[in-house]
Amino acid sequence: MNSPSIAVSAPSSDPNGDPPAPPAPPPQASAATRPLYWSVRRELWENRSVYIAPLAVAAFALLASVIGALCMPARMRVMPGLDPAARHAALVRPYGMAQAAIVFAAALVGIFYSLDALHGERRDRSVLFWKSLPVSDLTAVLAKASIPLVVLPLLAVAIGAATQLGMMLLALLGSGAGAPALWAELPVFQMPLLLLYGIVTLALWHAPLYGWLLLVSAWARRTPVLWAVLPPLAVCVVEKLALNTTYFAALLGRRLLGSHRLAFDVGPLSDSRYVIVDRLAQATPARFLAAPGLWLGLAVAAACLAAAARLRRLREPI
Amino acid sequence: MSCIEARGLRKAFGSTVALDGIDLQVAEGRILGIVGPNGAGKSTALHAILGLISYQGKLRVLGRDPWTERERLMRDVSFIADVAVLPRWLRVAQALDYVAGVHPRFDRAKAEGFLARTTIGRASRVRELSKGMVTQLHLALVMAIDAKLLVLDEPTLGLDILYRKQFYDSLLNDYFDRRRTIVVTTHQIEEIQDVLTDFVFVDRGRIVLESSMEDFESRYREVTVRPEQAAAARALGPIHERNVLGRTILLFDRAEREQLAAFGDVRTPSLADLFVAVMSRGAAGAKGTAA
Repeated sequence: MNSPSIAVSAPSSDPNGDPPAPPAPPPQASAATRPLYWSVRRELWENRSVYIAPLAVAAFALLASVIGALCMPARMRVMPGLDPAARHAALVRPYGMAQAAIVFAAALVGIFYSLDALHGERRDRSVLFWKSLPVSDLTAVLAKASIPLVVLPLLAVAIGAATQLGMMLLALLGSGAGAPALWAELPVFQMPLLLLYGIVTLALWHAPLYGWLLLVSAWARRTPVLWAVLPPLAVCVVEKLALNTTYFAALLGRRLLGSHRLAFDVGPLSDSRYVIVDRLAQATPARFLAAPGLWLGLAVAAACLAAAARLRRLREPI
Repeated sequence: MSCIEARGLRKAFGSTVALDGIDLQVAEGRILGIVGPNGAGKSTALHAILGLISYQGKLRVLGRDPWTERERLMRDVSFIADVAVLPRWLRVAQALDYVAGVHPRFDRAKAEGFLARTTIGRASRVRELSKGMVTQLHLALVMAIDAKLLVLDEPTLGLDILYRKQFYDSLLNDYFDRRRTIVVTTHQIEEIQDVLTDFVFVDRGRIVLESSMEDFESRYREVTVRPEQAAAARALGPIHERNVLGRTILLFDRAEREQLAAFGDVRTPSLADLFVAVMSRGAAGAKGTAA
């Protein structure tokens, strides 16, 4: 042998009692989706806060309604004195607040989940275990992205709708003789649909934010939260100092809070905080879907996820 | 077909060269031990084989390029890494569910059977298990996968002797069937000497010695000589010499047994002794004795 290579030869004689060749694995009809399905389940095993946090907020909202129901008769007696619009707003507002609290909790969970999703597995070296299984990096990243983009929104819709229903029942029970009047005022069937529409549009609008967080999580060696927040902040500061403009800050602001204004007709900007969304007629899906910002955002999200998948392949455990 | 085939495998991390042109060919059904000092490039070589890092040179594992085809390759390759890498939050039942879910060649009943021999509870989380039990769990998962290649990177590091023994016993008795290939790195060479069919010594990113165990046993001789005969024995050109309790132990490469028998008891050295001999001669000197 003139090269320094090794030839580890096969056994010269076939030993007796050799077991038969293993059968070929059965063709997997759902081979593409099974790893994704189990990867999402594995994320939920690890991150129980994904459902515990919205449920806890919902429990508090229901507790508040129990207390409210105890005081309702007195309030119902007062309300006929108010003008109809104010009375309606007072009745509907608690439902909107409960929804907002659940959505806010889900968003917080989504942010912290995304920042840790591709960082934590490298930190505890468990990425070596996950990579020892036939699951591609893209599948793993898509499973992780589906938590803030699909699982949390759907959970928020389901928990939000159940909470609304519970609050309504409590309010009806508490209102006694005033129940028919209350029932007539509440948009019972429109509220869950509005919730679904509002949360889906919010998730689509926020997709690039979660994409960015996952990308930073895959890239940063430490403190992904700082890497996620400081560079955009730096751009804002530099822009302000160098050009005395605030385009980037405005862009970020619209990205964070702009979906509601695009997806619903909430009237003029001046009093938007006081306008209540409680009718399906207020939804403006055509305007939302026609917004270039939506599609640009989704393109950015897709680019971030592709880059995160590539980084997961390249990066080693920390 | 070769299970692993590497030609001029190179990997550098910045200015540090971890693999400096490895040529390696491992046939199916072999148990190859990769032995080397810390930082020799053992783990880097395994990571390249597993598709965890990019590399230069040619590398084929089961006929595939590990870097571009990791996902597909992992259906036929199993891997236990140097430290317990099972996530600490994972429950035993969840580990079974997950691997059964994503791995088309995982036999859940087999894994349950292996676990039944241990005291590991299904509801336990990995963080609640001892280090030995985590290794048992990982081994149970891996042995239930009908893989063609099993890669073990210091699998028994930090385990006590009972678990280490049990680990290799299970592997040989319940897993290895002479059709599978196993590649293992470890510092406990003495314990796996009887397990291996082949070994390579690696130092500073290069292979300094490679051999099958049969060749090793027929080629290397060790003889303990009395001080007065030491000079005569040294004339035969030992590759290594060490002193134990006032006696000199000489290690010979391809020396006649009869010639050596004149000086004292002739034995086959342990792999560990040969490793020390080769490493202390330096990579350059040992290169000549290889191949």
